[in-house]
Amino acid sequence: MAELERTKDRAPIPAGWEYASAPESRDLVTLRDRYGLFVGGEWLEPKESYTTIDPSSEESLAEVGQASEAEVELAVQSARDAYENGWSALPGSERAKYLFRIARLLQERAREFAVLESLNGGKPIRESRDVDLPLAAAHFFYYAGWADKLEYAFPNRTPKPLGVAGQIIPWNFPLLMLAWKIAPALAAGNTVVLKPAETTPLSALHFCDILRQAELPPGVVNIITGDGSTGAALVESEVDKVAFTGSTDVGKAIQRRLAGTGKKLTLELGGKAANVIFDDAALDQAVEGIVNGIYFNQGHVCCAGSRLLVQESVYEDVIDKLKRRLTTLRVGDPLDKNTDVGAINSRQQLEKITELVKSGEEEGAEIYQPPCRLPEKGYWFVPTVFTNVAQSYRIAQEEIFGPVLSVLTFRTPDEAVEKANNTPYGLSAGVWTEKGSRILSMAQRLRAGVIWANTYNRFDPASPFGGYKESGFGREGGRHGLEPYLRFE
Amino acid sequence: MSRLPVRKTYKLFIGGEFPRSESGRTYEAEGQNVARASRKDLRDAVRIARGAFGRWAGMTAYNRGQVLYRVAEMMEARRAEFAELCSGPKEVERSIDRVVWYAGWADKLAQVLGSSNPVAGPYFNFTVPEPTGVVGILAPPEPALAGLVSRVAPAIVGGNAVVVVASELHPLAAVELAEVLATADVPGGVVNILTGRREELAPVLASHMDVNALDVSGADGQVPELEELAAENVKRVVHGAPDDQSPWEIAGFLELKTVWHPIGV
Repeated sequence: MAELERTKDRAPIPAGWEYASAPESRDLVTLRDRYGLFVGGEWLEPKESYTTIDPSSEESLAEVGQASEAEVELAVQSARDAYENGWSALPGSERAKYLFRIARLLQERAREFAVLESLNGGKPIRESRDVDLPLAAAHFFYYAGWADKLEYAFPNRTPKPLGVAGQIIPWNFPLLMLAWKIAPALAAGNTVVLKPAETTPLSALHFCDILRQAELPPGVVNIITGDGSTGAALVESEVDKVAFTGSTDVGKAIQRRLAGTGKKLTLELGGKAANVIFDDAALDQAVEGIVNGIYFNQGHVCCAGSRLLVQESVYEDVIDKLKRRLTTLRVGDPLDKNTDVGAINSRQQLEKITELVKSGEEEGAEIYQPPCRLPEKGYWFVPTVFTNVAQSYRIAQEEIFGPVLSVLTFRTPDEAVEKANNTPYGLSAGVWTEKGSRILSMAQRLRAGVIWANTYNRFDPASPFGGYKESGFGREGGRHGLEPYLRFE
Repeated sequence: MSRLPVRKTYKLFIGGEFPRSESGRTYEAEGQNVARASRKDLRDAVRIARGAFGRWAGMTAYNRGQVLYRVAEMMEARRAEFAELCSGPKEVERSIDRVVWYAGWADKLAQVLGSSNPVAGPYFNFTVPEPTGVVGILAPPEPALAGLVSRVAPAIVGGNAVVVVASELHPLAAVELAEVLATADVPGGVVNILTGRREELAPVLASHMDVNALDVSGADGQVPELEELAAENVKRVVHGAPDDQSPWEIAGFLELKTVWHPIGV
């Protein structure tokens, strides 16, 4: 980290431009000092709790519950009661209207939630405001419309809800992942117990106020907070279905734990996506796509384009443009509307990124980091590019989940496909070329669940998302995203 | 004097060929000595299936449908032989008709299971089903022929290559089917059939890191153990119907791929 320490004092940056700070008002959101567990429509006082912080300042934001096994069971029981006493018998058209209400309420209070999302997660307000919140609301709106049309989604089958869904979500898109989980589950007629990530519980807890305003029947959605032990208790509880988004290691442990139980499972796990740049690509657009692919949300994205594959004939060009573009990225205060790259989500994640970057240097890759001033407090990492990377290096194999790009090269399309597919993961991939037939050929040959051609990191509730191979199974989004929450008679 | 019949040697089916088990072992089933595949045979079969997968998945759906139809044609020619090896002519007819039914699905899957997605932005976005890769199948103990056909046909019609552990109790129908497949234009290695002890082979298949999905429809009591092993590389575990047909049986062996492209001038 010696390199980072040195660059901290260098000025004026970036690239000679200075912006006046333009902070979004933190007052838009009012937090409580303490949050309980949201069970059966009421706040349950937890036996134990912990402090959740703002990763950009390390300041405490609130005390939240550390749900025990017994408390998890209470939540599951409350979801079961709600399922049996009304929700499952409610006509789809009525369920739909609750979901439409939630979508509208989220739209109305979008800015407030965007501020909270940036505060607790460290992501730039520009992203939480323009991506997370609109997409979360859209997700509820999209699945609301399905609630009374399920029989049209699966020809010749009779869809029925499963019962209680246990859902465990990650810290990179806390509210958006909540929407991805809750919206299809409720549309299909299930009730849920959702556990937000340990480091980002606040938007989910704040969302309970939306549920209050929507007058959703008590127990249909229960929110319990806590660390991995709470998640494990939820997996082992009497739920009918488990949906997990997170690391591949934990996903495998959950799949093992559920072996032989007959519980339905969907997993959305890690990735190490290749972003493939051909020599006939529109290079300036491609460079924007590369930057959006890996530095969006500090690289805390399971489908991040973390392996850049550049055709050798344009390698120098692409790297020059990329380095120049990196000097214009503004790293800093997540609530500043000018910020491009916010805070790393947690100390633990910062340590993981730091460790992997160190391994890259030790294994022989060449590191580039733009000159950059980092705030004194909080968790930060300078956007990083590694060149001269071999496929065997850890930075080319392991998911870093940070703003770190590994660059490899190729000569032929066959070589690009082979390198791109040379990973146990298969969540996403990017292709940049102006040749239509090549786009379609690459889209066919890349073994991944989402292919972005001449774009990257686009999401939509109508668009199914999910992985091949060890990136998990099941899809979220679209008609296909209903299937994991239904059984068929 | 009546003529002495020429008996058949019941061997494995790997890569379009009929090898004995490398272990040299056999076991007796249905009055015959049948090859008893080893773990090594199984690993060889997976390697060969992986090699065959790309070509099979890359064929046009129309072509794959025709190959499956050809399988039905070849089965039809052996109706009498098959009837001896299962519950009788009715099961044979049902099995043949099922292969024809699945043959017709090959070029309709993408239309029924895929979608064009109206995203809120200037993007063309569509979802297509693709094969998951190499599928391990534990054939149901019975029905001897219909059970096997009901699991293998939906797996291969979508473009997967399969490694099948045949019914331990009734392996002869599986060997007969292998002889059909060998003469039905199914590329070598797309279907590999091993006879032997299921308890010995199933865990190797379930834990193999280059197998993408495991069909446990015929696994009986071993399921929890196999599912646990399957988690090591996040296998798709398929609980299918041992004697039924549905496009959703095919869907269990498929991935969904979503492609985005900007719209602009």
